[in-house]
Amino acid sequence: MRVRAQIGKVLNLDKCIGCHTCSVTCKNVWTTREGVEYAWFNNVETKPGTGYPTDWENQKRWNGGWARSSSGKLHPKQGAKWRILANIFANPDLPEIDDYYEPFDFDYDHLKSAPDMDDFPTARPRSAITGERMEKIEKGPNWEEILGGEFSKRSQDYNFENVQKEIYGEYENTFMMYLPRLCEHCLNPTCSASCPSGAIYKREEDGIVLIDQEKCRGWRMCISGCPYKKIYYNWDTGKSEKCTFCYPRIESGQPTVCSETCVGRIRYLGVILYDADKIEEAASAERETDLYGAQMDVFLDPNDPVVIEAARRDGIPEDWIEAAKVSPVWKMAMDWKVAFPLHPEYRTLPMVWYIPPLSPIQNAAQAGQIAMSDKMPDVRSLRIPVQYLANMLTAGDEEPIVHALERMSAMRLYMRALSVDGVRDEAIAARVGMSGRMIEDMYKIMAIADYEDRFAIPTAHREQTEDGADIRGGCGFTDGNGCSAGEVGKTTLFGGKKKPFALPQETF
Amino acid sequence: MFGTVDINFIIFGIMPYVALTIFLVGSIARYERDPFTWKSSSSQLLRRKQLVWGSILFHVGILTVFFGHLIGLFTPLWVLDSIGIPYGLKQWMAVIIGGPAGIAALIGSTMLLHRRLVDPRIRATSTNVDILIMALIWLQLVIGLLTITQTLQHMDGGTMVLFMEWSQSVVSWNLNAWANVVNVHWLYKVHIFLGLVITILFPFSRLVHIWSGFAAPFRYMLTRPGYQIVRSRRTRPLEDRRRAFDKVKGAQSPSSTTPAE
Repeated sequence: MRVRAQIGKVLNLDKCIGCHTCSVTCKNVWTTREGVEYAWFNNVETKPGTGYPTDWENQKRWNGGWARSSSGKLHPKQGAKWRILANIFANPDLPEIDDYYEPFDFDYDHLKSAPDMDDFPTARPRSAITGERMEKIEKGPNWEEILGGEFSKRSQDYNFENVQKEIYGEYENTFMMYLPRLCEHCLNPTCSASCPSGAIYKREEDGIVLIDQEKCRGWRMCISGCPYKKIYYNWDTGKSEKCTFCYPRIESGQPTVCSETCVGRIRYLGVILYDADKIEEAASAERETDLYGAQMDVFLDPNDPVVIEAARRDGIPEDWIEAAKVSPVWKMAMDWKVAFPLHPEYRTLPMVWYIPPLSPIQNAAQAGQIAMSDKMPDVRSLRIPVQYLANMLTAGDEEPIVHALERMSAMRLYMRALSVDGVRDEAIAARVGMSGRMIEDMYKIMAIADYEDRFAIPTAHREQTEDGADIRGGCGFTDGNGCSAGEVGKTTLFGGKKKPFALPQETF
Repeated sequence: MFGTVDINFIIFGIMPYVALTIFLVGSIARYERDPFTWKSSSSQLLRRKQLVWGSILFHVGILTVFFGHLIGLFTPLWVLDSIGIPYGLKQWMAVIIGGPAGIAALIGSTMLLHRRLVDPRIRATSTNVDILIMALIWLQLVIGLLTITQTLQHMDGGTMVLFMEWSQSVVSWNLNAWANVVNVHWLYKVHIFLGLVITILFPFSRLVHIWSGFAAPFRYMLTRPGYQIVRSRRTRPLEDRRRAFDKVKGAQSPSSTTPAE
């Protein structure tokens, strides 16, 4: 057993209102620079839809994630090492920027500088790459917002596999949900495995996956390696960038920006202890439907004395072990089994998990005919097909999803009985294999979702990683390139652009 | 003393040392001082069209030509003699292998240069050095292929041996090397001069990615055992931590048993 800790994350899709606050605050903090205008470390998609970049879930097209050979060995789906190197001159699996969207800005200045005209001045779009006029915007980061576009296009959604999707194109039967997405900070990331330079790494202390900007050579294999398409090539710097899990915030015990600002309080952060020795075996599970269970076997119970002893032995700090015991992520993923990994079939063992959404009862229109089974609403007749959610979260296995949805609706029934009738109905809890106390705890964390219940983040232990005397007088936090300015005169010697600090030229 | 300095001496006697010094010192300085700028500058994300074929043809062609020059010019003559390869045959090999490879590289670089100059996205994101280096390499390929017309007129290998002696003299500090190439056709001279110019520009352009391109296969295939990379910032490695823990544990409770199952 080799115990390591990771700050994991759960997103409760049942409560996501699709407000995009996460995306916007993330963008304002991390990607307002030239070269990554098109990049959204966090984005929110409306499902069903083909998402951003378009059709990202279709691994037949992009070859992201891992493939298992007949001998049971894993290799990146885009090819083993030699195959990746052979593609270094031109990567056949790389999306083009038009698969995301051509970044644009508007001529806002025209609104106030236009001369006296018959027509009202408008702000027309301009490409952020070439600076040229764009006559028509063809795509954006959230092009299918609230089921925008034709069903025939949206229904290319990969998660419709094995679903009779035609009926969901009808107005009466339509359904939708939001899917906020960010880097999964996988236990078995294909991005880092695909990097010929070895620039992408997972941090031992907190599991955050980062790109070393000074080692990245722009071979762009990570972009096609990542099945979630959450690595973005900065066309200005020629380096790849990705979600940093706001590591400077995490290290100081604060939630990531997207989690902090989440209006619906759907995001949870907490410590997960895992056994690093089990990763390879879990990722190589033979059947895709076994991967969800295999990943849970990698996680270690923070209340098990054997695990605690092993964690201490491997140098996990005491406050991290304590944080693991109260981790909301552990509770939702392991205790209540209501959270699931996104597309476990990619074999990356993702560490950002999702709670599937409940939805209105399909047949409610037929008054009084709401499908019930055993005094509980039948979750199989919910508006969002269970198979659709299962394709997204459990490689198509419906049982765990049904189980989770039943627990969530049982929570509603139980709490309704408690607050309306004042009755603690243990029978409801027992029907889904829980106790009243568990359900009330679940209600507190999932429904009330207080700040301190959502985030249990221990601070980083800098005393383990650095000597204060060594970093005294260092250059601190820089945007790549260490302390070097590398400048001669106005231009830089080695071709980097010098970007002087400029005060705003205009004041309003 | 320098009143009657021959231009040939400047270009073929002095310039190689200047070029190689700038190439080496510049590369090391950039790698050390500005690792953030060290990259291939791929533009595939912005436009796939013309890149896939252009880049593959160019790179495969130019790598063949590069290694052809490297092996061809720097193999000592006594090695050729001892294996028994006639100079004429070696020159034929150079023409037969280098010719098609050069043509492939030229087709590829024409596609890439055209794309760089004409495609609005690529043009807008190109630096001056990007365009300059691409144009120089294109020109160098054209001139290199044109020298074949001269080469075919003397297939005895004599001129080739002059170039081999010149190259090997340069790297073995024989300062009279330049005299070897004074009387060759001007196409060869321009080709060598341009080659030295590109060498000088190397550390200041995207060409530095060639270093990484040669290093990547070794690092990726040979020095990296598996696929994953985990970095620990902890100053004490895992084994140390475990040993220290066991020691303290043992001292505290000498009668401790194995952890409960």
